[in-house]
Amino acid sequence: MIGGKDKSSIIQMFHVHKHYGSKKALIDITLNVSKNDFLFISGPSGAGKSTLLKLLYLGEPVSEGQVLVDGMNLSRISRKRIPPLRRKFGIIFQDYKLISTKTVFDNVALVLEASGKKKKFIEKKVKSVLRTVGIEQRINALPPSLSGGEQQRVAVARAVVGSPKIILADEPTGSLDSDSADIILNLLKGFHTHGGTVIVATHDKELIRKSGERILYLKQGRLLGPTPI
Amino acid sequence: MATYYHRAIQDIKDNGFLSATTIITIALSILIVSAFALFFTNANDIMNYWGKGVRIMAYLKPDTSQKNFPDIKREIQGIYGVQDVNFISKEEAFKRLKEQMKRQSSILMNLNENPLPDAFEIRMTASSQGGEKVEEIATKIESLPSIEDVEYGQKWLERFTNIFDLFRLAGYAMGGIFFMAAVFIVANTIRLVIYTRREEIEIMRLVGASEKFIKSPFYIEGIIQGTLGGIIGIAALFITFKLISSSVEHSFKYELLNIRFLSPEFYCGIILCSMFVGWLGCYISLKQFLKA
Ligand SMILES: Nc1ncnc2c1ncn2[C@@H]1O[C@H](COP(=O)(O)OP(=O)(O)OP(=O)(O)O)[C@@H](O)[C@H]1O
Ligand SMILES: [Mg+2]
Repeated sequence: MIGGKDKSSIIQMFHVHKHYGSKKALIDITLNVSKNDFLFISGPSGAGKSTLLKLLYLGEPVSEGQVLVDGMNLSRISRKRIPPLRRKFGIIFQDYKLISTKTVFDNVALVLEASGKKKKFIEKKVKSVLRTVGIEQRINALPPSLSGGEQQRVAVARAVVGSPKIILADEPTGSLDSDSADIILNLLKGFHTHGGTVIVATHDKELIRKSGERILYLKQGRLLGPTPI
Repeated sequence: MATYYHRAIQDIKDNGFLSATTIITIALSILIVSAFALFFTNANDIMNYWGKGVRIMAYLKPDTSQKNFPDIKREIQGIYGVQDVNFISKEEAFKRLKEQMKRQSSILMNLNENPLPDAFEIRMTASSQGGEKVEEIATKIESLPSIEDVEYGQKWLERFTNIFDLFRLAGYAMGGIFFMAAVFIVANTIRLVIYTRREEIEIMRLVGASEKFIKSPFYIEGIIQGTLGGIIGIAALFITFKLISSSVEHSFKYELLNIRFLSPEFYCGIILCSMFVGWLGCYISLKQFLKA
C-alpha cells in the first residue's frame, strides 16, 4: 500500500524525521494515505504514534522531510494557512483537550463557531452529534465533572461535528469499556462509509481486530509495515 | 461578530474585579486629563475676554493741527492688525474724566485749562490680540511724527500668557503620561485575561480557529473597557463641573465667570481617544503574549 496510487492521495510523508532536541521520535517515515482510507497506526508506548499525528496538523513542525496534506505542502505553508489546514481534520486528542471552563455544548460548538456557522445550525448540529455519542444528558456539564469515558465521547463529538475530511484519533477508546468503544468505532466507521478518511493511533488490539482495517506498526520511531516484528 | 462580542462580555464578567479596576483607572486618567482641558478652555476664554479689552491709546502732540486728524487716522488705520480707530478729542476725554470722578469734580473745576491731549483709541483685529503683536502695532504708531505717546498697559497680560503657556505644556505632558499609564493598565489586564485563557486559546488553535476569531474578543474587550472608562471619566467631570459651577454662579454674578463645559466635539474626542487606549493596550498585549 505504501506509495500506492490507485486512489488519489490525501496524506503523503516522504522521509520524515522528527526529533525533540536530541530525542529521535520518528525516523525516516514514508507513507501514503489515500482518500477514504481507514488506517490504524499501532505500536508500543513511546513508539511515536502521537508524534506522527501531530506532524499532520502541524501540532509539531517536521524536522526533516516532506509532508503533504490534501495538496498542501506543510513545510511551505504560511502561518495564515494553518487554521484552514487544521479545519480539514477532526482530531480526537489522547488527552482530550477539552476546555475545562466551558460546557460540553460550548466545547463542541466551538468548532462550528470558528468556521463561522449560523447559531441555529450550530445548536441543532451539536445536539444531534452529542446524541449520537450518547452524552446529550450532560450537555451543560463542565468537562472536569465528567468521567474519563464521557470526556472521550465529547472529544469524539467535537472531532466529527465540523464534517472534516480526515479524522485523526489518538487512542479514541483508551478510557472506554468495550461497549462504549464499539459505539465510537461504529461512529468512525460511519464517517468512513460517508467518504471520510480515518487514521487511528492505538495499541488497543481488540479495536484493531474488530475493525479489520489496514494497519501499520511503529517501533522506536520507525515504520515497520503491516506486521509487528 | 455577535459571538466575539458575547465572548468579550463574558470575559469582562468572568474577570469582574480586574475589569472594574481597569475601567476605573482609565476613568480616573480621563477625569484628570479632561479636568485640565476644561480648566484651560475656560482660562483661555477669560484671557480672550481680557484680550478683547486691549486697546492702544495714541496721544497726539499738543501742537497738531486739527485738519491733519483725518490723515493721521487714515495712517493708523493702514497699519496691519488695526481694526478701528476712534478719535477722542480732549474735550471728550475731559468730559469722560469728569463723569468718572463725579464726587471729586471740584478738583477739575479748579483747572482753568484742559490738560488732556487729543487722542486716538485703537482696537486690534482678533488675530492681533496677542501681547507681541500689540507691542508691534504700538511701536509703529509711536513712530508716526504727530504722535507723542502710546499707552497699552497690558504687559501683565503678556506675562500671564507666558505662565499660562507653561501650564499648558505641563498639561500636555501630563496628558501624555496618563495616556501611557492607561495603555499600560489595559495591556496588563488583557495579559492576565490571556493568561487565564491560555488553555482555551491553545485548544481553539488546535481545532482550526483563525487568529481573528481568537483575538477579536480581546480587542472588543479592550475597546469596551476604554469606552466605559472614557464615558465614566467625562460623566464624573460633568457632575463635578455642574456642582462647582452652580455654586460659583450663585456667589458671584460676575460676567467674567461665564464658565462652560467642554464642547461636544472635544469630549467625544476624548472618549474616542479612550477607545483607542483600549485598543492599543490590547494590541500591545496580543503582540507580546499571543504569538502564533
Ligand atoms: N514534546 C516532547 N518533547 C520531548 N520529547 C517528546 C515530546 N513528545 C513526545 N516525546 C517523545 O517522543 C517519543 C514518542 O512520543 P509519542 O507521544 O509520539 O509516543 P506514542 O507512541 O504516542 O506513545 P503512547 O502510546 O504512550 O501515547 C517518546 O519517547 C516521547 O518521550
Ligand atoms: Mg500517544
